[in-house]
Amino acid sequence: MQDIIDILRNYGLLLTIGQFPEGPIGGLALTLILALTGLVLSFPLSVLIGVGRISPNPVAVKLSTAFVYIVRALPLLMLIFWAYFIVPLIIGRTVSGLTTVIVALVVYETAYLAEVVRAAILALPKGQAEASRSLGLSYFQTMKDIILPQALFNAIPSILNQFISLVKNTSVAYIISVDELTYAAYQVNAQLLTKPVQVYIILAAIYFIICFSLNRLVKLVEKRIHTSRQAPIAAEAAA
Amino acid sequence: MNLDFGAILTPQYTQWMMWGALTSLALFASAWILAFLTASVLVAVGTAPFRPAQIAVAAFVEYHRNIPMLVQIFVWYFAMPQLLPDAWTSWINAHNSEFIFALIALFLNSAAYMSEDMRSGLRSLPREQMEAGRALGLSYLQTMKDVLLPQAVRAALPPLINQSLALFKATSLAMAIGVAEMTYASRQVENETYRTFETFAIASAFYFTLSFAIMALGAWADRRNLKAAGR
Repeated sequence: MQDIIDILRNYGLLLTIGQFPEGPIGGLALTLILALTGLVLSFPLSVLIGVGRISPNPVAVKLSTAFVYIVRALPLLMLIFWAYFIVPLIIGRTVSGLTTVIVALVVYETAYLAEVVRAAILALPKGQAEASRSLGLSYFQTMKDIILPQALFNAIPSILNQFISLVKNTSVAYIISVDELTYAAYQVNAQLLTKPVQVYIILAAIYFIICFSLNRLVKLVEKRIHTSRQAPIAAEAAA
Repeated sequence: MNLDFGAILTPQYTQWMMWGALTSLALFASAWILAFLTASVLVAVGTAPFRPAQIAVAAFVEYHRNIPMLVQIFVWYFAMPQLLPDAWTSWINAHNSEFIFALIALFLNSAAYMSEDMRSGLRSLPREQMEAGRALGLSYLQTMKDVLLPQAVRAALPPLINQSLALFKATSLAMAIGVAEMTYASRQVENETYRTFETFAIASAFYFTLSFAIMALGAWADRRNLKAAGR
């Protein structure tokens, strides 16, 4: 136990923010930045792909379905290697490991989030779209003003769940030496050499605290959303 | 970009890749079987009316769900050897320790997820099923075997297949501790030949083949459930 406290005292900063402010930001801060960036960037893409999966346009359906299945069939690690190779080809210069990981995470997450969006749309009663179309709104107006606002609101717990899985997935950045939490802990372990148990207990505990509390948060949000979606229906039934 | 698969399909590189593919498959198959068995035990123990057992199973599940797979592999590979009895550690070290620790981490993680899938499969059944079975004169075991379990397995099948896909993809993380599975092999060949596209294409083709097979199985299970639900 004393060892753990000593490690936290000596390397706590390295684990939480890396070399910052003298050097690049790293550690837990970078893990969270990576996860947040991944979620923010993949969200609009996943709405596009998710809507495409159930669009009336067969070409859109084929393309978006192929994207989802291809990405889901590959390990994230394989996507990181592909990104390392393809991104420089596209933009014409070499890129950092950080960019590579963000690209891979966004592509990977888009496929999963798109399925969340799709499921949320399909879970709405069919009458919503039919009523809107019969009122004269176009397909795009219906999507934008009627379907998506409801579907995405209902999907908030699932989106948060995806954020948790993103936090865990950022650890794979370790493989290409991006200085996030797992890599930082690996380096601390390499410096200490004799304290692997303590270092990895700390590492596991940090992830556990973050993901566990996020999980609890999701449960709370789920309950709130459930009641706020049920309340108007219940009120209507009572009236 | 001119492709040259010949450069990487030399006898030596082919052998590395083949060996990598076999290692991935071995890791997946053995981890799946162990995970399935462990998950069954976890469900049985976790649903027993004994509070400490329930808490232990819940703790096991939460640990594995809230920590990245890669970190779990590291915990087993770097930390556990210090905690295990010396005799065990030296035995494992003599028998491809990387593979064994990766296998342990993978199957324990998967078992946690699978046990949750099975448990919710069982919970999705209304209590009246058991009561009706018993009222019709079936014994507890008969009701379990002929009425409840077939339905629970059917309900749990799609998430279990999804979890199998996740497990298959997670085997690639074993490369982080030096298990020479498919991802590791492809990276090695790439390092030696600089034929990035060709090497990763072969490795990806390997992952596609099995992943799509697992997904097809999942789609089949989904369709069967919809049909059984009369929709």
